[in-house]
Amino acid sequence: MKPASFAYHRAASVGEALELLAREGEDAKVIAGGQSLVPLMAFRLARPSALIDINRIAELRYVRRDGDALQIGALATHRDIETNAEPGVLDGYSILPRAARFIGHYPIRTRGTFGGSIAHADPTSEWCMLALLLDAEIVATGEQGSRTVAASDFFRGVFTTALDVDEVVTEVRFPAPAPRSAIREFARRQGDFAVVAVATALEVEDGGVRSARIALAGVSDAPVRATEAEAMLAGATPGEVAFDEAGRAAAAGLRPPSDIHGSSDYRKELAAALVRRALGDAVRADG
Amino acid sequence: MTERHRVTLTVNGTEHVVQVEPRRTLVDVLRHDLGYTGTHVGCEQGVCGSCTVLLDGEPVRSCLLFGVQAEAADVRTVEGLGDQEHLSPLQEIFSSSHALQCGFCTPGFLMLATAFLRDHPSPSDDEIREAMSSNLCRCTGYQNILRAVRRAADAVADPSTEP
Amino acid sequence: MADATAQPSGPDGARWSGTPVRRVEDPRLLTGASRFVDDVAPAGLLHAAFARSPFASARIASVDADVARRAPGVVEVWDAADLELPGLRPILEREDFVVTEMPLLAREVVRFAGEPVAMVLAGSRYAAEDGAEAVEVEFVPGEGVSSIEEATADGAPLVHGSARGNLLLDAAMVDDAELDAHLDAAAVVVDATFSSGRLTAAPIETRACVAEWDARERRLIVHISHQIPHLVRTTIADLLGLPEHRVRVIAPDVGGGFGLKCVVGREEVLVAAAAARLQRPVKWIEDRLENLTASFHGHEQRHAVRVGFGADGTLLGLDADLACDVGAYSCYPFTCGVEPLMAATELPGPYRLTRYRARARAVATNKPPIAPYRGVSRPQITFVIERAMDIAARRLGLDSVELRMRNLIGPDEFPYRSASGLLYDEGSYRASLERCAAELDHATWSVRQAGARAEGRLIGQGFSCFSERTAYGTPAFASRKMAVTPGFESAHVRMDASGGVTVAVGTLSHGQGHETTFAQIAADELGLRPQDVRVVEGDTDVTPFGWGTFASRSIAIGGGAVKRAGELLAERLARIGAHLLEVAPHDVELADGSISVRGAPGRSVAIAEVARVAHHAAHRLPAGTEPGLEVRSTFDPPGTFSNATHGAEVEVDPATGAVAIRRYVVVEDCGFVINPMIVEGQVHGGVAQGIAAALYERLAYDEQAQPLSGTFADFLVPTAAEIPRIEIHHLETPSEHSATGAKGMGEGGMIGAPAAIANAVSDALAHLGVEIVEVPIAPERLLGAIREHPASVSVGGLP
Repeated sequence: MKPASFAYHRAASVGEALELLAREGEDAKVIAGGQSLVPLMAFRLARPSALIDINRIAELRYVRRDGDALQIGALATHRDIETNAEPGVLDGYSILPRAARFIGHYPIRTRGTFGGSIAHADPTSEWCMLALLLDAEIVATGEQGSRTVAASDFFRGVFTTALDVDEVVTEVRFPAPAPRSAIREFARRQGDFAVVAVATALEVEDGGVRSARIALAGVSDAPVRATEAEAMLAGATPGEVAFDEAGRAAAAGLRPPSDIHGSSDYRKELAAALVRRALGDAVRADG
Repeated sequence: MTERHRVTLTVNGTEHVVQVEPRRTLVDVLRHDLGYTGTHVGCEQGVCGSCTVLLDGEPVRSCLLFGVQAEAADVRTVEGLGDQEHLSPLQEIFSSSHALQCGFCTPGFLMLATAFLRDHPSPSDDEIREAMSSNLCRCTGYQNILRAVRRAADAVADPSTEP
Repeated sequence: MADATAQPSGPDGARWSGTPVRRVEDPRLLTGASRFVDDVAPAGLLHAAFARSPFASARIASVDADVARRAPGVVEVWDAADLELPGLRPILEREDFVVTEMPLLAREVVRFAGEPVAMVLAGSRYAAEDGAEAVEVEFVPGEGVSSIEEATADGAPLVHGSARGNLLLDAAMVDDAELDAHLDAAAVVVDATFSSGRLTAAPIETRACVAEWDARERRLIVHISHQIPHLVRTTIADLLGLPEHRVRVIAPDVGGGFGLKCVVGREEVLVAAAAARLQRPVKWIEDRLENLTASFHGHEQRHAVRVGFGADGTLLGLDADLACDVGAYSCYPFTCGVEPLMAATELPGPYRLTRYRARARAVATNKPPIAPYRGVSRPQITFVIERAMDIAARRLGLDSVELRMRNLIGPDEFPYRSASGLLYDEGSYRASLERCAAELDHATWSVRQAGARAEGRLIGQGFSCFSERTAYGTPAFASRKMAVTPGFESAHVRMDASGGVTVAVGTLSHGQGHETTFAQIAADELGLRPQDVRVVEGDTDVTPFGWGTFASRSIAIGGGAVKRAGELLAERLARIGAHLLEVAPHDVELADGSISVRGAPGRSVAIAEVARVAHHAAHRLPAGTEPGLEVRSTFDPPGTFSNATHGAEVEVDPATGAVAIRRYVVVEDCGFVINPMIVEGQVHGGVAQGIAAALYERLAYDEQAQPLSGTFADFLVPTAAEIPRIEIHHLETPSEHSATGAKGMGEGGMIGAPAAIANAVSDALAHLGVEIVEVPIAPERLLGAIREHPASVSVGGLP
């Protein structure tokens, strides 16, 4: 399981990385943590002609607060988010470090990066699902400059995003905190890719649901928002009945894939159950 | 044919210089170019963790890194923990707990546990189990590995409990 | 739980056996000073990789290696025509067995996806894989078969032309003309088909081989990760046409085997052939993709049974049609008959049964061949009989533990001759069930379960009882009619001129700690400490002929040979020591490194001194005593049965179908325990693999016999998060067929777990009428079964 040959360049800056990408051509790939890319290369399912290593570009590794907004540099590792203890930075965003614990295992989280997950766009990815849930914006940088893409436009299909072949993700921005949020995931073993994962964020006022956001991963070729279920919850009384209905509604519209870890119908069942449970968790969440 | 790259890295405190093609994984560089055969290859896809080493202090899967990515890195492998005449406290506890049978996965678990215990000086049993679920063992059923890490954590907290 | 120690135990304080002595093997394994085959790297090494068939069934029209030979770093590319070597042809001398040959490289046809067609040798594994990719093979794909159903259907394409109906073995093992009448009269007949999924051993170290030609000695030296070095030596010598004494086989540290590595594989023979031909060292390290998709598998079985019970729960009769999906070839030397024959012979297990019929079939399919993976059919047949027990108990309204107690062979019935002709020596079948049930508080279970059900929780408790046949000597293997009949074991015990002892034995520890346990046994015989004894295995130049380590044989047979040899050496030392002390041999004893006069401990001579005399002052030896201190012994027992009861408590998540194991208890009896720490470790590892078989692992194939679970992401080896705490209790029924009283036990953990878990899950869902008849238990299937039932709890209102 040895990869095919490739040329290797290390970039010291974003500008240099973009230059190298352009020079090496469309079969070149950017590598950051490599935790998703290298296994694919070991099986020779990915055969880049060149790797542009951006992992040492220090200015891309940060987790910052800007008022309500949270800015995550593309090279922040999963572990950076899981263990961030800087006062105030993750207030209202604790869903993120909680989600980090579902991503592989500890030694994968020391290398794997937030931006890497976003750019890789695995349909079961927790970060992609949370980006969609919390209406994040992805900053894509090319030689011409940077542009911002809403998460709802960014994830186009399996391993397919709105990134042009000569762009890299440099930052992901979350506009507002979501203190009442929760994540639930079903995987066969600890650390496995999710069969189905669900994340929810609620706004509750005067004992009623003001708004609800529900995102699912593993149920399509990209993360999805359960917009019908969300609409159904607006104004509803939080509780088993409403959450059960919302779960069913979220599952009803789905046509998930089938594989050896679960059929399409099973994934729908899981979706309904996990949405119901995650809504219950979100009501009780605080930060 | 792709060019070889010159890579300088430090392993267990010793500096090394190698010439490697880009696709040569860090675990192959350590084992075959530098002779640190204590780190093992079990899957080459980043699941089993037999290849776990510390890179700049962090546990990583050396089968998922290319040697060229380890330029200027400080790598620690199992050979740096102790030797047969002077086992480290963690190695002693693994032995007295019978936390190894064939020994093939053991170096990976030792490096994983070393990093984990350093970062979690007072872990709960659940935290130990979750962290040790990072690596696969086929012989021990994990029972004694968890017991060993528990004892090692307790020994750090209270050295008088050390065997 | 047993903990390592450095002091002997026992009433006289002088026995190392029975003590959890810390392992001698550990320091090198803990510090990276171990040597596994991939650590062996002679100068000038060539690396091998294989071009493998993407098709499960195809004709090979042509093989063109031109492009591959020109790939950078490639030195040689060979196909079957280039090598002209015979293949592996394992034989059972039975008329109902079809002999087939597994060619080293596929020639003319391929019979499973992943079968090797060409061998590439290059300066690095990286370059060899580039070369393998570049080999151009023209295949003409054909129709294949991917399951027992498909393979045995009328008109199914044949995997081997010589095996009609794709049956490589079709044995009417046992029959009984009265059986049907007894089943007809039975109060309950459990009529069901039980299936077990395809597994593979997946040791963390894959298969590995380095072969080098020693020009000075004109010998081939083969380093191989293997469980039976002497078998490898003979096989390679035979296939390559070399005199056997010109082949040396070394198994250094071996990273797990579990039976995968007790058969001789084609790739390793090819590596040896390449090294001999090129007179350059050659290495092949199986990668994990090869290991999971193109190596050896096991445990895929389907058993249709009718099990009859009387109204009081008495087991009245058992009619079994046992089929094993053995893949495309027979493994060398055990043959594909190993699974069906063991299944039929041992299906009745620890139960009293007279009326028994069994047909056993080895069904060929276009998948990789099977090898004897840990447990070898016992996990599957235990699943069958233990599920039948629980199903019958429910139908008869009897408690499942009571039903078993009624049928388990009792202490006054030993030795018990089974309906299939096996002789069961003494065991603790009932006592282990009683203890296990007590540990899990079975008496209050139904009350606890009712309480949980009222809260919408699905909890279950299940047991499995089994006997484990171990320590098969030659007669036991001979009854299988294998052309290559394993069984006996040899030990060579030598004391050097300084009083240190070397024990060389033909077994092959790959995690079981023989360097420690055999030292404990020898130390007890010789009045020494384990650290005075060095145990050597794994080098055919150094060790006497032996049959390696598999089938739970080593402690009983290897340990037996070591004990016998130790006794002989002790006798000689006593004779010499007595002579030097001027007393009769029966007046001295060996202890604490000395030979002393009984009752007069002040009158003694150090064993080291005696050793010196035996070598450097042979003129002082008693008349008629040979100089030097070397003895050899063999041991060849009829076999002995250990036993255990496993008990599990589980909880099923009604929303996902996932199964969590809340408690797991083992009450095991393997006779006298040489090292309790090591025995418990074996139970832990076996149970983990058994839980894996029950809930996680399965090698899935599609209808084109293409592998769907070829990576560790899809073949779900459990992590520490999936394996619960395993509670172990010991009983001890020493074996009279074992020199030490120890029985084998290495496979027991795996044998009991699938049945215990399946029974617990069935118990959890019994009120919904769900009975588990297939493992592994997929959460999806459980969820489906829960949903289907009208009495299912509704989803709402649950946590």
